Amino acid sequence: MQSTRVLGIEGTAWSLSAAIVDRDKVYAEASHPYVPETGGIHPMAAAQHHANHVARIIRQTLDSGHSFDGVAFSQGPGLGPCLRTVATAARALSLAYDVPLIGVNHCVAHIEVGRWQTGCHDPVVLYVSGANSQVLAFRRGRYRIFGETLDIGIGNALDKFGRHLGLQHPGGPKIEALAKEGTSYIDLPYVVKGMDLSFSGMMSAAKEAAAKHSKEDVCFSLQENAFAMLVEVTERALAHTGKGEVLIGGGVGANMRLQAMLEAMCTDRGARFYAPPRRYFGDNGAMIAYTGLLQLEHDMTLDVSDSAVNPTFRPDEVDIPWL
Amino acid sequence: MAVSEVRGAEAVVGLLSDRVIKTRVPKSYRVRELDERLRMERTRAEAKIISEARRLGIPTPIVYDIHEFSLEMERIWGEPIKHVISLGLSRSAGVLVGRLHRGGLIHGDLTTSNMIVKDDRIYLIDFGLSYWDMTLESRGVDVHVYYQTLISSHENHKELMAAFADGYRSSFPGAEEVLRRVKEIEYRGRYKVETL
Repeated sequence: MQSTRVLGIEGTAWSLSAAIVDRDKVYAEASHPYVPETGGIHPMAAAQHHANHVARIIRQTLDSGHSFDGVAFSQGPGLGPCLRTVATAARALSLAYDVPLIGVNHCVAHIEVGRWQTGCHDPVVLYVSGANSQVLAFRRGRYRIFGETLDIGIGNALDKFGRHLGLQHPGGPKIEALAKEGTSYIDLPYVVKGMDLSFSGMMSAAKEAAAKHSKEDVCFSLQENAFAMLVEVTERALAHTGKGEVLIGGGVGANMRLQAMLEAMCTDRGARFYAPPRRYFGDNGAMIAYTGLLQLEHDMTLDVSDSAVNPTFRPDEVDIPWL
Repeated sequence: MAVSEVRGAEAVVGLLSDRVIKTRVPKSYRVRELDERLRMERTRAEAKIISEARRLGIPTPIVYDIHEFSLEMERIWGEPIKHVISLGLSRSAGVLVGRLHRGGLIHGDLTTSNMIVKDDRIYLIDFGLSYWDMTLESRGVDVHVYYQTLISSHENHKELMAAFADGYRSSFPGAEEVLRRVKEIEYRGRYKVETL
């Protein structure tokens, strides 16, 4: 008998991606990311992009010839217009093929794809992307948020600073390259309140510093500062929970300096550090499909009439019966 | 002179018979300049917050000396309230936390291990995660952390929480609003500081 397979569609922001997976592997994946012509992500333009291309990327995954037993979609959090576009496609597919519809929390999907790909079991998770910066850990049936940003996500902060330097979106990878050439650390605001973080003051200060110092040094200082904040909160969560594993996920997680800092912290504490393969950091259809599969196995499916998107969907609203 | 050590996420605390020495340890993942700046700033901030808390009428250890990365403080020889908790003590804890919040301070780690009873007075210790903040959310989380420790270790936590709230109201005019926020935080199931 063929293993259970799920087709998943991701489309919370810039990424539009569909994939078919089972417990063991990705059978088909097709993506068509939205790239803004100027500036950052325009929600309506991104949604229009998704509407133009979603049928084609689904067609590409179907053309692989692999069947599926459920359709999963990114239900939130994300940009409303993008979420609605992708949800509409998922509902149509579910009805047309008469298979269950599964609403997946995008943050939970980042965690699950990381656990799937790295083999870690019960980690403290640092989830860092454009819109999100959270430290999570499993406790009493759900992924609880131990700390998070109080204003903007770290990716967003880096992108904004990148635009200030005249770098093209997304700024993160270009800042990482410039930071490698930086040598001297410039003082920037370091804001950790309890377990929470704030990046906006640091961004304003970095913009001011860019007028006086080389961009290499400012990028270096920005990364050192922001990442130290993230690692510190991760370390506290590790100490509080007594867990022995740390997993990184989300687009900013691909940054090698951030990974090196987390790894150093883990080594000092005797914990193990896990990073998934590079392609699973950015938003991808496989993570939605795989999490959808876990949900399908636990009957966590939706009626079409009850499948509204949720732009502020928090990971701690989702029961995690499989861990 | 018996010395033992307690190791936290951020600092090492050496316990001597008459004093404790809390030293913030370097973190290998931070650049040196940032690492030293943070350890120095936080050491000074902690000393300042401890004396501010005393000024607000909260018994705290006396700070004897401030070094670059370490504080020397009075050792409070008493019992953590988690071992001797009563309705009266929980109410007194509420009074102290009300004073702290009224003065614009957040403790940041209000567990029943960080409250020491000596001569019928409660001393608040470990201001390592404390900061100035007057928002409902921070105050709410502060109280929530205390409630969580009660729930996890005491059968009669409902009565202990009510006693705390009673004391908190008596010393802090904004108490009612904070206690409402605490309910919301519980409902969200979100906790920032896990306590055992």
